[in-house]
Amino acid sequence: MADQNTVKTVEELGEKYKYGFETEVEMDKAPKGLNEDIIRFISKKKGEPEWMLQWRLDAYHKWLEMEEPTWAKVHYPPVDFQDLYYYAAPKKQAIKSLDELDPEILKTYEKLGIPLKEQEVLAGVEGASKVAVDAVFDSVSVVTTFREELAKAGVIFCPISEAIRDHPDLVRKYLGSVVPVGDNFYAALNSAVFTDGSFVYIPKGVRCPMELSTYFRINEKQTGQFERTLIIADEGAYVSYLEGCTAPMRDENQLHAAVVELVILDEAEIKYSTVQNWYPGDAEGRGGVYNFVTKRADCRGRNAKVSWTQVETGSAITWKYPSCILKGDGSSGEFYSIAISNGFQQVDSGTKMIHLGKNTTSRIISKGISAGRSQNTYRGLVSVGRKATGSRNYTQCDSLLIGETCGAHTVPYITAKTPHAKVEHEATTSKIAEDQLFYCQSRGIPEEEAVALIVNGFVRDVIQKLPMEFMAETQRLINISLEGSVG
Amino acid sequence: MLLNVENLRVSVESEEEGAAKEILKGLSLSIAPGEVHAIMGPNGSGKSTFSHVLAGKPGYEVTAGAASFRGRDLLELAPEERAAAGLFLAFQYPVEIPGVPYMQFLKVALNSQRKLRGEEELSTPDFMRLVREKTAQLNIPMDMLRRPVNVGFSGGEKKRMETLQMAVLDPTLCILDEIDSGLDIDALRVVADGVNALRSEKRGFLLITHYQRLLDYIEPDHVHVMAAGRIVRSGGKELALELEKEGYAAYVEDTAA
Repeated sequence: MADQNTVKTVEELGEKYKYGFETEVEMDKAPKGLNEDIIRFISKKKGEPEWMLQWRLDAYHKWLEMEEPTWAKVHYPPVDFQDLYYYAAPKKQAIKSLDELDPEILKTYEKLGIPLKEQEVLAGVEGASKVAVDAVFDSVSVVTTFREELAKAGVIFCPISEAIRDHPDLVRKYLGSVVPVGDNFYAALNSAVFTDGSFVYIPKGVRCPMELSTYFRINEKQTGQFERTLIIADEGAYVSYLEGCTAPMRDENQLHAAVVELVILDEAEIKYSTVQNWYPGDAEGRGGVYNFVTKRADCRGRNAKVSWTQVETGSAITWKYPSCILKGDGSSGEFYSIAISNGFQQVDSGTKMIHLGKNTTSRIISKGISAGRSQNTYRGLVSVGRKATGSRNYTQCDSLLIGETCGAHTVPYITAKTPHAKVEHEATTSKIAEDQLFYCQSRGIPEEEAVALIVNGFVRDVIQKLPMEFMAETQRLINISLEGSVG
Repeated sequence: MLLNVENLRVSVESEEEGAAKEILKGLSLSIAPGEVHAIMGPNGSGKSTFSHVLAGKPGYEVTAGAASFRGRDLLELAPEERAAAGLFLAFQYPVEIPGVPYMQFLKVALNSQRKLRGEEELSTPDFMRLVREKTAQLNIPMDMLRRPVNVGFSGGEKKRMETLQMAVLDPTLCILDEIDSGLDIDALRVVADGVNALRSEKRGFLLITHYQRLLDYIEPDHVHVMAAGRIVRSGGKELALELEKEGYAAYVEDTAA
């Protein structure tokens, strides 16, 4: 365990939100508002074929007929969808090498610690590993590294806008097949105006030679960032993908309505990890990102496997349920989550495990930590269909409350249409006991470090599921998000 | 002088409004390096309160008196500062910390103390060496350290690990709050051996106990009787035997008068 880091990084608590800065870069913006013209503008900017434009317009018309959902335990002032920019890209595009990249952008990514410099990583700098990065700056993917190595393996990893142009057959086959355009209000909005995201295709029998990773940043004021990610693991394939986000300080709320679709065929596996650190709002609860996301994995094949691992520490509001549709016989889905809320943050998150095939298994371990005046809700669905005999689910959702003014809620839904299945649910709610804190202090451990230590113990089961490379960053993130939560 | 307590008066915040309850009513005690002191007394005499106040547990108010530790005003220090200064309280009921391996807990504790003292933190290999040495001395199997702190530990195991903490953290004053409670004879012998192994010229011990039996295993230099929030009598180890014969009745009556 990175306990040395725990002690060291608590020292960094002086800087409240480390990633709060802007980059002065010329932006190319569409005018504010949402209508057909804006959508055509986006589609044209991306050089999309006609079918893609039609797909978007179809989604937009569906969206116009839909109503915003209000059933979640989150409260926010109404979003004026006409008062946002839906497209913002840095002026220089289509660069051939890092040298051509706007130096401001490069500097920004260096500040964020993203290994854009291929040389650094390839040179085997201590602690660095082979992580390919497709960096998204607001709405446009800027650079994709490691293309050559991936190309050798036959792996396609590129911005989705590129995939629409270069691999239209694959995109058409799978886009919208896991999250249909009319699935929900925000998915429809995303389908109409998504401006980028990642596309990954792993061919039959290929184990992707490195971890794939994407960083996003929201930079422009009042920009809703709408990413669309599509990952396909063909038969027998394997890929591990990490998504990590940061955002600069803002006064106005920023909408982040992403859609992620995963398709897993026979004997294939996708590991999807997220570290989310969007701006959570200021000390009075103003501003911050709205993270309204639809993520779903379709285990279509026999023995298909998927695991979602998420560490959510940022955003003013987090509203997402990474889910698994377990169609293929013997398929399995896992959901490991740490959701931390502090200040005035609100979280309504969880998962849906839909058992359709025989002998399917699912495993849910959710750790919610609330502090400050935040509200943290776990909402989960385990549904076992009539034909899903021999299926098993294990759910463990634990809540930890720090302080007297926060809230933790658990809303589990379990439905089973066959008696030949096993569903287990365990839940605990606990506080950091004064006794525990005093015990640590009596051993020389100051209070804030004691909280970090106890929280680390609480989330241990989930932290261990993260890729090695990101464990240290996660520890750091957890400690920083709990700053000032005691006393 | 390691510890010097003069006329300490301590109240506990009560649930009824404005009604604070006085528990320690003018307690005085001095402990020099190398000395082993025992405080014995009936339930409610304030023994545990005394140990908690020395360690800095919140919820107690010192209304009069003073306490100094190695020349410093003890009551001014935060609990972690007292620990770094060399004070150790072995708890009567050690608390569980789920998910935190004992090894990690010890390392964070030791390095936190070193940092507070302005010393360099111990590297992982050096720390491991230290732990191996101490667990060998105390006959504690290394894989107990992989277990989360006190989770699922028996009473005896918890007390043994408190002695391991003492061995690793190297305090100068060890306060053992009813370390014999809940232990059978064999477990008691093992824990006592651990404590005796730590006796030295520079280290002082304060044993808090009901029963004379512990003092058969850990021989004290001074024995004090505590009743109704004060030390009412002091003597050598024979005093403990006398108490075993006569009980506490005499002292309770005295203070009630």
